[in-house]
Amino acid sequence: MERKLKILISKIGLDGHDRGAKVIARSLRDAGFEVIYLGIHQTPEMVVNAAVQEDVDVIGLSHLSGAHMTLFPKTLELLKQKGREDILVMGGGIIPEEDKAELLKLGIVKLFGPGTLTQDIISYLKQLEKEKSLT
Amino acid sequence: MIPIKTIPLEQIIQQALDGKESSLSRLITLVENETPEAAHILKTLYPHRKKAFRIGITGPPGGGKSTLVDRLALLARQQNLKVGIVCVDPTSPFTGGAILGDRIRMNKSAADPNIFIRSMAARGSLGGIARTTEEVAEVLEAAGKDLIFIETVGVGQSELDIFHAVDTVVVVLVPESGTGVQAMKAGLMEIAHLFVVNKADRPGASRIKQEIEDVLSLAPPLEWPPPVLLTQAYRGIGVKEVFDGCLNHKAFLEKNERHDYRLKKIEKKLRDLMLEKIEKEVFQKDKAKENLACFAQKIMEGVLDPYTAAEKWSKQIKKQWKEN
Repeated sequence: MERKLKILISKIGLDGHDRGAKVIARSLRDAGFEVIYLGIHQTPEMVVNAAVQEDVDVIGLSHLSGAHMTLFPKTLELLKQKGREDILVMGGGIIPEEDKAELLKLGIVKLFGPGTLTQDIISYLKQLEKEKSLT
Repeated sequence: MIPIKTIPLEQIIQQALDGKESSLSRLITLVENETPEAAHILKTLYPHRKKAFRIGITGPPGGGKSTLVDRLALLARQQNLKVGIVCVDPTSPFTGGAILGDRIRMNKSAADPNIFIRSMAARGSLGGIARTTEEVAEVLEAAGKDLIFIETVGVGQSELDIFHAVDTVVVVLVPESGTGVQAMKAGLMEIAHLFVVNKADRPGASRIKQEIEDVLSLAPPLEWPPPVLLTQAYRGIGVKEVFDGCLNHKAFLEKNERHDYRLKKIEKKLRDLMLEKIEKEVFQKDKAKENLACFAQKIMEGVLDPYTAAEKWSKQIKKQWKEN
């Protein structure tokens, strides 16, 4: 059965730079996805709570303030607590290379850095959508 | 990729009835997506519905509907009511995509574990709510919510489906929402049980309140004359009055229990369900696609007009049904 991915886009923590998150949300909309836009100043609890209630397939976190090593793992942990570790978490923003490997190991599925084309993100998600439709 | 855990449907339904949030949201997805499981879910849940009070919030985009819902939900929590919120935002007619951004205004409610918020994309439906919004509300009702808010997409004058989906309709306007002539027009201005003029700190708020009241006074007196209330939802000013207004309307409905009216609502629902079934019956067959293409071709060639084509087609269908 064909199914549309539902994607939550948000920023966790004390960081107001939401241009990137908005560009992503908008381009995903234009690619035909349903996007829950949660905006800035969220906590991992708020994001996970919303993700569970909205039953999203993917969470996209934009992060530029440097707290990703605390807040991304916390998000994963809370998803697990709620029994929804099947919700995929991807990230974007300013994440140093040495942190990337660690985050991917912890279970973040994909990290998109500066210079990423929105088309690349869309292709990645379309692929996911195809895989999910098969299961 | 971690595969979705395959839990039997019956178990998910039971968990949702027992208050497990993630199961509830899964059921809503199945219903929202009109999956093959949807009918079974709705049938199973139907006897579990407790009569939840449903409030519809509608009005033009950017008027403060989501913010108002957020504040109203908090007031409901003070009375220990379990709250469900369904908020609808528009779907792009070009891509099918949607930005669901109501939740962003509901941060206060989102923090309360007894408030369940669910966003929906309108998915091509033009009446202000999605095709399955009422069904989603039913699922929330069965899961024990006492009070359900349904927030429409930002509407103009004639997206009125909310009227049949709820008990009480709140129309949220702003001081710039026009003059008394707008208030006289049919449609949106007729379905309100409560008018709210939000952002009332802006100039013109008391003028528009007055003009709506004037227009209401031109009509013969109503059993329930809708009050016109001023709010500044963002600051929480006037919200208590709106909440009380809704409760007053609820009390009014209970006192004037209108069986014929409820029966009409049920009739409408059944009718809508049947129309869906008939549509599927007629159009989701290979033969239908063939017919459509074939008739369209003939119409384009000038051999047939669309009215005759429709008549021919419906005769065909009637014949088929008889044979079955």
